Amino acid sequence: MSNRKTTALLAGLALIAALSGCASASESGSDVKDDAGKGVTKIGFIMVGPKDDYGYNQAVYEGSQALKADFPDVEILTAENVPEDDTAATTMEQMISKGAKLIFATSYGHLDAAVKVAEKHPDVIVLQQGNTITTDVPPNMGTYFGTVYEPMYLAGIAAGASTKSDKLGYVYAFPIPQTIANINAFERGARSVNPDVETITAATGSWCDPSAQKDKAAALLKAGADVLTQHQDCTATVINTAKEAGAMTVGYHADASALTPDLWLTGAVWNWGPLYKQLVQKVIDGTFVGSEFNANYRVGFKTGTNPFVLAPYGPLVSDDTKAKIEAAKAFLATPDGSPFVGPLKDNKGKEQVAAGVVPTYAENDAMDYFVDGVIGSVK
Amino acid sequence: MSLPVDVLAAGVAGGTSIMFAALGETIGERAGVINLGIEGSMLAGALGAYVVAVETGSPWTGVLVGGIAGAALAAVHAFLVVWRRANQMASGLTVLFLALGLTALFGVKYVGSGKKLDHAFDVWNVPVLHDLPVVGQILFEHNALVYLGFVTVPVVWFALFKTRIGLLVRTAGERAETLTVHGYSVPWLRTLAVTCGGFLAGIGGAYLSIGYANAWRENMIQGKGFIAVALVIFAVWSPVRVMAGAWLFGCALSLGSALQARGYEVNQFLLQALPFVLTLVVLTVIGRRTLSSSPAELKKVFENAETG
Repeated sequence: MSNRKTTALLAGLALIAALSGCASASESGSDVKDDAGKGVTKIGFIMVGPKDDYGYNQAVYEGSQALKADFPDVEILTAENVPEDDTAATTMEQMISKGAKLIFATSYGHLDAAVKVAEKHPDVIVLQQGNTITTDVPPNMGTYFGTVYEPMYLAGIAAGASTKSDKLGYVYAFPIPQTIANINAFERGARSVNPDVETITAATGSWCDPSAQKDKAAALLKAGADVLTQHQDCTATVINTAKEAGAMTVGYHADASALTPDLWLTGAVWNWGPLYKQLVQKVIDGTFVGSEFNANYRVGFKTGTNPFVLAPYGPLVSDDTKAKIEAAKAFLATPDGSPFVGPLKDNKGKEQVAAGVVPTYAENDAMDYFVDGVIGSVK
Repeated sequence: MSLPVDVLAAGVAGGTSIMFAALGETIGERAGVINLGIEGSMLAGALGAYVVAVETGSPWTGVLVGGIAGAALAAVHAFLVVWRRANQMASGLTVLFLALGLTALFGVKYVGSGKKLDHAFDVWNVPVLHDLPVVGQILFEHNALVYLGFVTVPVVWFALFKTRIGLLVRTAGERAETLTVHGYSVPWLRTLAVTCGGFLAGIGGAYLSIGYANAWRENMIQGKGFIAVALVIFAVWSPVRVMAGAWLFGCALSLGSALQARGYEVNQFLLQALPFVLTLVVLTVIGRRTLSSSPAELKKVFENAETG
């Protein structure tokens, strides 16, 4: 193709892009009614992966299907493997054309498409799972998520009470705030029952690279860890590596006790049912606009709808430990309950939370340091 | 255990997949064909082995099928470059992308925890030898596939340098016209070499999925096939040096993990780059010397690419 033709083509494309941009912008505006979504009879869920991934997306799917029991008259539409680009908007549009008045866009990267669809359809409520709207939240939108570090704190108690070497191993991907909070809560939970325990960390640099997971897990075991846990999307490799070495496992995402029945302690697993039910009820009642959900809504054990719960216990967890975990869970449900109540030092000795201070959810979501007792660097 | 012993032992285990692939690539390049699709053969091997090991419960059948899958893919490359005279670089990359797409498509059922491989190859300490101080821990406390790697090195060396067929393969890479004069088919010899190379690369992939990580994931080879191609040059097309180079790369990988696990404050991204930096440095240092000793027909590939 000649240069001139290419230029003409590019200019044409740019013009089309600009025009379509104007078109969608002109349709935005706040004509959202106060009872938008009232009496919804069809609900759409879009998921970024397959509904049977034994992880994030399966949890969403199971949560969506659980709604059928509470709302037998409501039809649930689901779409799997929806990419985090404009395909997401197209998929949501299709659901709306089928009559859906409530959409759950369940992947972090679905947010942009969700905002676009919400602007275009003031009569539809669009909820996004896990991301945060940094501008004013539109009246027909909301984001929601849970606090995974709470069950990781409880799992830390099980690990701290069970370890013989006083060393716990943590395989993670990147030092992002959510992961850092998980690791810190795990160590804090372990410390609460075992003052000598340390959590050693190793980063794979990927959400799922099985051979890197094997490298890291093996190195943690060599360094003396006898309990392994992780923050990875695929979990089997780390669990198998621990099992082969006779080390215990704390799970993540899914109950994997079937993989390592004798050495399974517990873990953080998903349960979206209760929160989805609350959200749907609010929309059906026509009271969503202006409610607490019409915002960046975060839940924990305090609200009783944390989508992250503790997995069933394995045989190594003693009754005494279970009682301690129950007590800690009750504490986290109190207004001042948190894994990070001050005084809290980082692993370089600097005080991060003053004595008696309870950090907020937002502060925990922005953690950029490892607490005392964690071996590793956030850099 | 001490840090150096840990790093070396983990390096041997971590470098084995690259060693199989680089041994395979050595055979092909000795015959005058460079195969950038070796990464694809590893992917095909990893998926083939995983599927068969899960479905039949027999890991050894998995290894065999993994090898065959790798060989099949390499045969496609051989067909394109030997029989259709396609550009070797372009064909290799095409074959790689074909493998990436196909394995992602057919492997989707096996991602995550849906279909699980419980135990493929257990660690088996070699009697007597593993009691040796230091060396025992480094070399003789692995699983059967690592030992298979140990055995493959002298086998490939023997086949290439001590057998008639090895001589013919090497001649195909050095003075192809001599073979034609004596009535041998250069295309068939090259096809054989490249396909055998793919078989070994397939076993390298199988090692990753059922002998190391015990999981399947799309694109799980993560560039190890390309490292293998680079390694062959660094090793001056010698199987024994390939082994040393693969272990060196494995140690660079395991050094990072071991340092992290012992609480050294090192940047994770720097650690992940270390094995690749090491490979680059070694190639740069050795590069000039190796060029003169590369198979003559292989040099033609590059010279033709430059002029044509």
